[in-house]
Amino acid sequence: MSSKKPFILIVLLLAAIGITIMSFKGAPVDHNTLATLPKDSIGSVKAFMSVYKVLKSARCMNCHPNGDVPLQGDDNHLHTMGVKRGTDGRGLYAMKCSNCHQAENAPGIHTPPGNPKWSLPPANMRMVFQGKTPRQLALQLLDPKQNGGRSKQQLIDHMASDDLVSWAWNPGTGRTLPPLSHTAFSAQVKLWIAKGAYAPAR
Amino acid sequence: MIALKVNDKSYQVDASPDMPLLWVLRDLLGLTGTKFGCGVAQCGACTVHLNGEAIRSCVTKVSRAQGQNIVTIEGLSLNNDHPLQKAWVEFDVPQCGYCQSGQLMSAAVLLRENPNPTNQDIDDAMSGNICRCGTYPRIRQAIHKAAEMQKEGGKS
Amino acid sequence: MSDQQTAISRRNFLKAGALLSGGLLISFTIPQANRLLIQDATTAFAPNAFLRIGADNSITVILSHVEMGQGIWTTLPMILAEELDADWDNIKVMHSGVDKDYNHTVYGIQITGGSSSTWSEFDRYRKAGATARVMLTQAAAKRTGVAIENCTTKNGYVIAGGKKLSYGELATEASTLPVPQNVTLRPPAQWKLIGKGVKRLDASVKTNGQAKFGMDIQFPGMLTAVVAHAPVFGGKVKSFDASGAKAVPGVKEVVEIPTGIAVIADHFWAANQGRKALKIIWDDGAGANLSTKTQVDAYQKLAHTDGLKAAQKGNVDQGLAKAAKLLKAEYVFPYLAHAPMEPLNCTVKISNDKCEIWTGTQLPGIDLAAAARILGMKPEQITMNVVFLGGGFGRRATITSDFVSEAVHIAKASGKFVKMVWTREDDMKGGYYRPMFVHRINTGLDASGMPIAWRHNIVGQSIMAGTPFESKDGVDSTSVEGIADSPYFETVPDHFVGLHTAKEVVPVLWFRSVGHTHTAYVMETMVDELAHTAGQDPVAYRRKLLQKSPRHLAALNLVAQKAEWDKKLPEGRYKGIAVHEAFGSYVAQVAEISIDNGKPRVHKVTCAIDCGLAVNPDGVKAQMESGIIFGLTMALYGELTIEKGQLQQSNFYDYRIARMNESPEIDVYIVDSNEKMGGAGECAVPPTAPAIANAIFAATGKRIYNLPIMNTPLKHIS
Repeated sequence: MSSKKPFILIVLLLAAIGITIMSFKGAPVDHNTLATLPKDSIGSVKAFMSVYKVLKSARCMNCHPNGDVPLQGDDNHLHTMGVKRGTDGRGLYAMKCSNCHQAENAPGIHTPPGNPKWSLPPANMRMVFQGKTPRQLALQLLDPKQNGGRSKQQLIDHMASDDLVSWAWNPGTGRTLPPLSHTAFSAQVKLWIAKGAYAPAR
Repeated sequence: MIALKVNDKSYQVDASPDMPLLWVLRDLLGLTGTKFGCGVAQCGACTVHLNGEAIRSCVTKVSRAQGQNIVTIEGLSLNNDHPLQKAWVEFDVPQCGYCQSGQLMSAAVLLRENPNPTNQDIDDAMSGNICRCGTYPRIRQAIHKAAEMQKEGGKS
Repeated sequence: MSDQQTAISRRNFLKAGALLSGGLLISFTIPQANRLLIQDATTAFAPNAFLRIGADNSITVILSHVEMGQGIWTTLPMILAEELDADWDNIKVMHSGVDKDYNHTVYGIQITGGSSSTWSEFDRYRKAGATARVMLTQAAAKRTGVAIENCTTKNGYVIAGGKKLSYGELATEASTLPVPQNVTLRPPAQWKLIGKGVKRLDASVKTNGQAKFGMDIQFPGMLTAVVAHAPVFGGKVKSFDASGAKAVPGVKEVVEIPTGIAVIADHFWAANQGRKALKIIWDDGAGANLSTKTQVDAYQKLAHTDGLKAAQKGNVDQGLAKAAKLLKAEYVFPYLAHAPMEPLNCTVKISNDKCEIWTGTQLPGIDLAAAARILGMKPEQITMNVVFLGGGFGRRATITSDFVSEAVHIAKASGKFVKMVWTREDDMKGGYYRPMFVHRINTGLDASGMPIAWRHNIVGQSIMAGTPFESKDGVDSTSVEGIADSPYFETVPDHFVGLHTAKEVVPVLWFRSVGHTHTAYVMETMVDELAHTAGQDPVAYRRKLLQKSPRHLAALNLVAQKAEWDKKLPEGRYKGIAVHEAFGSYVAQVAEISIDNGKPRVHKVTCAIDCGLAVNPDGVKAQMESGIIFGLTMALYGELTIEKGQLQQSNFYDYRIARMNESPEIDVYIVDSNEKMGGAGECAVPPTAPAIANAIFAATGKRIYNLPIMNTPLKHIS
């Protein structure tokens, strides 16, 4: 129990640093006016291809399957036990996500990873990544009817700071990380949209 | 001390907040009906209800259950008369019996949320509970039977 | 042939039983504590070791065999109650303690195994019930003055003239009468329970959390121990630092025992946290050189040569030379873990000159003897309390008493009252596996496509080697059962079956259906391959080969009829068949599958069994369902691998068990048979894997020679 104290101190310290960094990081984000750069289809697509690699990595794609069963592991196999999405994305009956997945990763390897929001996209907004070409995925991400009603700015914010998205970079013991750091990923999302949010040709 | 409410009884337990609920129930409260099978939420033997949901107590810290409503197999019914328990006995479901507490706790959530489960619904609810004796066909039959009994009980 | 085979195994057991009881257990007397345990205050009449009748009308049946799911908790009481004419609602059941009275009627030691509990106890439990009924009737005749010929029994009462006397009120008087030596048993026509069936007596306590398994043993003052075992098979502790473990709140003690370092704590979780904090330097020993790949290579090399003769007829070289067509095949089977749902555990209390043990074991007498040796006690100083087994499948029957010994060592070294608990990982990595096997076959067919010559060499570890059951000729019958005695060889004039027994550091053990787990697969997929090579229907081909094996034929014909073998399945569905005898029962199965994303999905299994008299038919059906799902898990997923002496699998995430959504529809039919009784606990396992594999061949044209099936990606033929 006493070992908890230093842990809490560190968390507080990190939070403080985070706040400091954020407050120094520049102008406050204006949600109505999206920061733009000169339109650059080549640069935009290039940025998106980096984003695409992350989205297709196991940590992201496994919860954006093309069926109703989430995926597991770096080989994207179907989740053992055949757990299902359910209408709200939180599972079915005795196999709801949070029955096993806690608010944080369970200790040890091969134990359930966790997050307070652990779930799939809901049945009416499935946000499938699996099997999508770069073009298909880019268009889907930009379409509020398919992206959870998000504006471009909200999309950037979601990718940068959503708690469940951030989990991909803190996935627990034994799980590989996405190919870019979260910071680099967020920057690429921003760049993709700032340069015109172009979708790749294919 | 952590305050727990299990099967409508209140307990104060002296446990580290990160101790899994399973071991609090079994080793501190003596409620051994809830079983240890894998320790990593693979087998479902440790399934109990936390506010009505069929959580795997082996990976659930006791801190999550603090002050919440916990029901274990010992509290599923007052006189072993939950429709599922009656159907389990009628179809001679248990063999070694070790997994059956977890099976019943999972099935109870299924029946509550879906009074007319299809075979597919049973697959979707019950595939998190392993039975090494292979009692699955009888579990399936017994769930269908319990659904019928539940309906009849509701009518009278 | 199968009877011969069984006889061989039984002889081994008898010899071993004599050795164990005569050699290791010199002056084995009845432990008094056990006697007291089964004669509690209410006991008024105890005519034999298997029955106690209370003045309160309670009927307690004492089991010489343990309940591990197979239903013996119900079947033995049924047999006894039938002859006793007892009121079924008053039956209570308990496991026996250790006593020579409870030795297996054939194997000579106290054992639950070999699918033998029902057939081996059928006469003994009938006699036990009949004897008591006669004595109760005599007591009633005496009391009422009604001639004994005019006394009858009904449902727990003796009817003497116009009087109805309950067994309970007659119990004390009956206990004063001499025990009759010869009693008349009821003819089958009068049976009310046997062959009809009753509900399981343990179903209720297994649905409300009341059933007590070894894991559930708790007493005030009892501590929990976990053990850090060597990561490499055969490894030993070189040195260790327990300071981290001792700093974990709740940890009480850390002791070294022969099999590792035990951490003892207030409860499991503290003990397990303590174990994680141990620092141990291991001496890996020679085991570090072991890897599955090199092992398979070595076995494959050996399989090209003839092993020790397990069966032979004619001259196989000449036979092969005469053949119109030659076929060869090589099969590889991995190590398998039993993985019962209840991880292994054992509770031990040592006090002064006594030791009490609580555990779920299939070998209580052997385990008690092991404890006596470790503690330097006499067997009568030790009490064994056998509780429900949360699955056995053979794992709770180790001749070395591995987990009981370990717990006794912990209690001895620490002086504590401890429950030793293994985690799933301990269980998975703890050895005592179904051995790895390689089979190599060369067969020759005549012009009509029938086999005329068969060379078959098998390589694998012996389960019996190093135990009192070891065979003198070097051929472990459990390695070759199902092949050396195959009914198919009745019609193969020239054949040779050879065995190479490998020695490894990995401990191996009988695993539900033992040798038949691999031999049935080889024979039934190979015969299927021969049938297809001959351009013949697999069922018709088997019928020709099994002409002299009526019980195989009975099961085969019944399953073919019930599964409508001759009828075409809907598009995308395929079927395969297999028939095999194991433990005196003959089981045939038809598996219906489809191929989905390169993997087989088993939709339905139809099963027929000839086990002779089915004492509890629904219990037999339950065991068929159980065996089929166990066999399905083994076929599709079962595989353990070793690298540098370390087992690579840990838990159910990498040792997959079939789940509800993979569970097929199962239809079971029992052959109406008056043949010799066989067992039911294991015989459904062997045919499942080959029936599935034969269906996969029908779907894909691909033969699977290496198990598990999941390692082979599959495609439809089209």
